[in-house]
Amino acid sequence: MKWTGMYRRIAALMTMVLTAVLLAGCSDVVVLNPKGSIGQQQMDLILISTVLCLVVVVPVLVLTFWIAWRYRKREKDQAAYQPNWDHSTKLETIWWGIPIIIIAILAVITVQYTYKLEPSKPIESEAKPITIQVTSLDWKWLFFYPEQGIATVNYLKFPSNVPVQFELTSDAPMNSFWIPQLGGQIYTMSGMAMKLHLIADEPGEYKGAGANFSGKDFGQMNFVATATSQADFDQWVREVKQSYPSLTKEGYTELAKPGTSLVRSFSSFPQGLFNEIVTKYQVDGQSGHHHGGAEASSGDAKAKDGAAGSDADGHDMSGHDMSGMTDHDMSAMTDQDMTSHNHNG
Amino acid sequence: MKINSLSDFFVTGDPLIYGADVAIGLTMVAVVLVLTLFKRWGWLWREWLTTVDHKRIGIMYVIASLLMLFRGGMDALLMRTQLAMPDMEFLKPDHYNSIFTTHGVIMILFMAMPLMFGLFNLVVPLQIGARDVAFPFLNSLSFWLFFMGAMLFNLSFVIGGSPDAGWLSYPPLSERMFSPGVGQDFYIWGIQISGIGSLMTGINFIVTILKMRAPGMKLMKMPMFSWSVLSSCLTIILAFPILTVTLALLFIDRYFGAHFFTLDGGGNPMMYINLIWMWGHPEVYIVILPAFGIFSEVVATFSRKKLFGYKSMVFALMSISLFSFFTWAHHFFTMGSGADVNAFFALTTMLIAIPTGVKVFNWLFTMFRGKITFESPMLWTMGFIPCFVVGGMTGVLLSVAPADFQFHNSYFLIAHFHQVLIGGVAFGYFSGLYYWWPKVFGFKLNEKIGKYAFWFWNIGFYVCFMPQYVLGLMGMTRRVSTYGWDSGWWEWNFVSTIGGFLMGIGFLFQVWQILHSIKFMERVSGDPWNGRTLEWSIPSPAPAYNFATIPQVQERDDWWATKERKAQGVPEQPRAPLEPIHMPKNSGIPIIMSAFWFMAGFGLVFDWLWIAIPGLIGVAGSMLAHSFNYNTDYYIPVDEIESTEAAAGRVV
Repeated sequence: MKWTGMYRRIAALMTMVLTAVLLAGCSDVVVLNPKGSIGQQQMDLILISTVLCLVVVVPVLVLTFWIAWRYRKREKDQAAYQPNWDHSTKLETIWWGIPIIIIAILAVITVQYTYKLEPSKPIESEAKPITIQVTSLDWKWLFFYPEQGIATVNYLKFPSNVPVQFELTSDAPMNSFWIPQLGGQIYTMSGMAMKLHLIADEPGEYKGAGANFSGKDFGQMNFVATATSQADFDQWVREVKQSYPSLTKEGYTELAKPGTSLVRSFSSFPQGLFNEIVTKYQVDGQSGHHHGGAEASSGDAKAKDGAAGSDADGHDMSGHDMSGMTDHDMSAMTDQDMTSHNHNG
Repeated sequence: MKINSLSDFFVTGDPLIYGADVAIGLTMVAVVLVLTLFKRWGWLWREWLTTVDHKRIGIMYVIASLLMLFRGGMDALLMRTQLAMPDMEFLKPDHYNSIFTTHGVIMILFMAMPLMFGLFNLVVPLQIGARDVAFPFLNSLSFWLFFMGAMLFNLSFVIGGSPDAGWLSYPPLSERMFSPGVGQDFYIWGIQISGIGSLMTGINFIVTILKMRAPGMKLMKMPMFSWSVLSSCLTIILAFPILTVTLALLFIDRYFGAHFFTLDGGGNPMMYINLIWMWGHPEVYIVILPAFGIFSEVVATFSRKKLFGYKSMVFALMSISLFSFFTWAHHFFTMGSGADVNAFFALTTMLIAIPTGVKVFNWLFTMFRGKITFESPMLWTMGFIPCFVVGGMTGVLLSVAPADFQFHNSYFLIAHFHQVLIGGVAFGYFSGLYYWWPKVFGFKLNEKIGKYAFWFWNIGFYVCFMPQYVLGLMGMTRRVSTYGWDSGWWEWNFVSTIGGFLMGIGFLFQVWQILHSIKFMERVSGDPWNGRTLEWSIPSPAPAYNFATIPQVQERDDWWATKERKAQGVPEQPRAPLEPIHMPKNSGIPIIMSAFWFMAGFGLVFDWLWIAIPGLIGVAGSMLAHSFNYNTDYYIPVDEIESTEAAAGRVV
């Protein structure tokens, strides 16, 4: 589409100019320093809308100070004074017109991008997407990897250049899952599974946060999302499967209790646990809350969980006997192992 | 029973709170002592606590709101101190949570709203040539309900514990499951009780404006401030019932164990978020619209010119109050309602920018070809325009739904709404206070100290909130109580904290300005600013009956036109002869009934029905007593009017 092409060109230009200015020695401005296509497009949109607004705002600011100065009351040489001039159809048409035009342009762009960047929409890519199931707890993040059959707490790893499909829910007051450098946030809400698609264009460590207030220690719900090469990712999955305990149902109940947590890893998790969390609060005969845009229904999640479960089961049988260890021992071990990853610790 | 021991009842454990306890105790003892020593109890009761005079009620609103501004401001400075450096341990997370909760609730509901109602009361009847509001008794009741609601809310600071689930108290966090303490109940009942008052004020001023304008003042000749009050009140009566119902449902959840918004039992917390913003978004327009009205009056007066584009301005006000009801979901684009819903609410939000932008142009062209002077009210208006234009712009950025996924819940959002609420609402109400102060009290506020106050506020604002836009883009989320050195946020936070304290100094200058101006009082005439509208045609302060004879309105800026006719030597219309003036009598019922409401609220907070039920019976009894009270009015005789007018230096 011609228009879209032009936006992209404008955006590219603005991006170059503004990033150069804004980011000179300031890579901490994560929203304006995106490392994934979703974040990139959101930044483009931020810059386009900023420029469009500035087209009106800058002249208005100049006009304000000029008028205030020019028409201040003076001892002599008073500028033209027209105390009864209170209407001009021509002028008023102009300043009803200017904001209408700007807003109309912005509206068209916004609607296009709203559909383009709808978080439940999969990212087009040659690589097969990876699914990660996210649960916000009081006050920690639990991540299931249904395809790999592993689980982590408060840290994430996934391959770069591979679309990540996040399925998100909550087993606590609502939170919001946000990795600014990869793209915008979405709420995690109990009783439903939301979808968010993100992709990292290059390997790196990206800070993530629980952006929505959910009680006492919500400020501790930071995590690091690491994008690695596919090989490193596979290696990491193998490591987790070999060296960490499984997450049991009881282990989950313990984990879900209010409190903070360091980073942890689990070699497996109970079959269908994510689906159980999603449907946990549903009353019999009720199909659960569905939001129009988020097509991740609980049935959908179930299918994936089923696959994950069998994978995890298979892994459980592969000979790591951890039955002698209590959950507590394991968590102590894991915590120690992983503290280096915890940027809060 | 929620209370098991005395330490559950009294908030303990924090030296800051003990300090505040002592300060509150000492202040109360001092007030009681002064009143007793100077034998002022009777005076206080007769002249103030039982008054139904809109001017006195207005003054009480302003005093209460300035006290609340002090408390909300202290909350703000505590938060900024905690955030000044990384890893601060000045406030613990749970203490920080209750501080940002009370800061938000107090600033919007117990500072901005009453200051706004104060200005309504002080100005509207005078501006439309009326002798009081339509329902003076109800007006007094509204004030006392607000006051008791605010006191109940503030009581949680020392008794039972403050609410700490955010200013809008989202469930399921605010449900009993996650907030078992009484803080949430203080929140619910403090807001409910004062909310009834707000709703009644809305009704009162709509009726006042529609029915009590002076003869000849057609709606399209009404001053712009009164128009803005009308649009704001229409919004109030449509929005506040939503708040009342929403909080009632939350109360039913908490008290009777229902499942409207709970996590389990089929509750839907997202429903609450929708409902609360169906009130919450109109609410921000409720408070900004009267500020628009104030700027319209001030700009015209200090440019010595007619307001430009009067009809556009009226249309803009009304369309803003209408559109404000169709934008609520832009507060949660990230809820995942889908592209259709997000696109709709993005567009409705952007639409509001159009009439708002038009208003700015109209103010600028009111100044264009004027003779502008920059006394305090105009200074605040000049501070407002650039601040609001930029704040409005970041609002448009936030309305771009997919971009909001990156702004939401971050300091970018915090900076935006503080910019429109401080730059728009606070600056606007300050402007209005400075403008009408001489009308209310008969003396002006010291200009020189006022200029210091203005610059401290204005510079402090930018120093405080511009860094917060950057912090938002750096990924700092709202409501975090601390952050690490590795975040890269501390320089910006430190600067922001400095700005916060600069605004605090600005507030101290205002306190000094008021005290200084009272001490070195210089009386002014009825028309100190060379005003344009009817309130400037009567003495300052206005007599109890406002207008000795009801004016006959001919023009839009009627008082200005009258002065012009006089200057041209056109003979004045003969005034109607004085007649005895029909006035409402003071009543003790509003304060007593509100005190019973306080009692009922307090009982319900603690589940103590033995307090709540007598409280509710008291409320019903007060209503009954008022229903059978036929001694509600009196007449001011002509000779008393004559002597009052003569004392104010006017010939009648």
